[in-house]
Amino acid sequence: MYIIIVGGGNIGYYLAKTLSGERHEVLLLEKDRARYRTVSEELGEIVMQGDGCEVALQAQAGFGRADAVVAVTGSDDDNLVVCQMAKMEHNVPRTISRVNDPRNEKLFHELGIDATVSSTKIIFNLLEQEVGGGEVIPLAALKRGNIEIVEIQISPKSPVAGAEIRTLLTEQNALIVAVLRGDKYVLPSGDTTLEVGDCVIVLVDADQEHSLRDLFAEA
Amino acid sequence: MNIIVLGCGRLGSTFARLMHHDGHNVTVIDLQSEAFRRLDTKFRGNRIVGNGIDEDVLKRAGIETADVFIAATQGDNRNIMAAQIAQRVFKVEKVLARIFDPVRADRYRQLGIITLCTTTIASGLMRDFVETGEWGLKKDYSAEYLQLNL
Repeated sequence: MYIIIVGGGNIGYYLAKTLSGERHEVLLLEKDRARYRTVSEELGEIVMQGDGCEVALQAQAGFGRADAVVAVTGSDDDNLVVCQMAKMEHNVPRTISRVNDPRNEKLFHELGIDATVSSTKIIFNLLEQEVGGGEVIPLAALKRGNIEIVEIQISPKSPVAGAEIRTLLTEQNALIVAVLRGDKYVLPSGDTTLEVGDCVIVLVDADQEHSLRDLFAEA
Repeated sequence: MNIIVLGCGRLGSTFARLMHHDGHNVTVIDLQSEAFRRLDTKFRGNRIVGNGIDEDVLKRAGIETADVFIAATQGDNRNIMAAQIAQRVFKVEKVLARIFDPVRADRYRQLGIITLCTTTIASGLMRDFVETGEWGLKKDYSAEYLQLNL
């Protein structure tokens, strides 16, 4: 694959290094001359100096034949424009953007970016898994993050311990797909009762994840 | 009208003062509070310190009830992103972005944002001047602005 990385900071540098080690064809674009010199001393010819938002430079860098463009600068606005221009001008099949403000993930998807990565959100999710008894833990994102699969542990204080599934999630666009109990799992039906210690797997619209939190949270 | 101006540089501050003079309800956003010095004490509009691509900042500036959003910071990409947020997320009716790069100005115009490319407008006027010896603008905007004595 031919992969173009825009932004030669730490993320871009290590990504370029790792990908070229995997025998992909890689090009790393860095705007700042001083930083470019540092990075190219290490990585050699696969680094190019210039502004990845400029169409002329994009053509020169071969965006037209790139399989993927990855924008990992520290500015969300620059990452957005790199990816949008790559799509509009060069029809790049896959654009991936780093987002610094995790709230921008949804916006970027709406604006046509194929995939987004938010280190803030990843670390936040990991922390939640560590500390969040009774919390809603995201397991996977489907449909570009519009739908999520989450896990909720039923704690002794949870207001839904002892509740029948039919009485829950009546207003949310969400579905309980499995209840993990001990080493086994229960295929849920309306009259399944939730017990303390159950781990409930829920398919939910991403924007309604918060209402799950309210419903299942410890009282 | 409720007008939000992002970026209080020469363009943003001049436009904000004009709109305030015309009786509009103007809010100016800039990253740095010092930038608001460009607005005279006569300017009675709102000043918001913050990042114009942050939805919370835009809400604080009243974007949910804004009729017009003008992105006029120094950064093309910042203007492009802010304009898209205004248009797509907050459904502001009139959205305009100042963009220096002619290519980006053209492509984002095709995406439905009104883009003001001062680069090509100025160079086009200069080209016409070279060819015809005449200045293409019928109206003297500078004199008009100075006469208002804002």
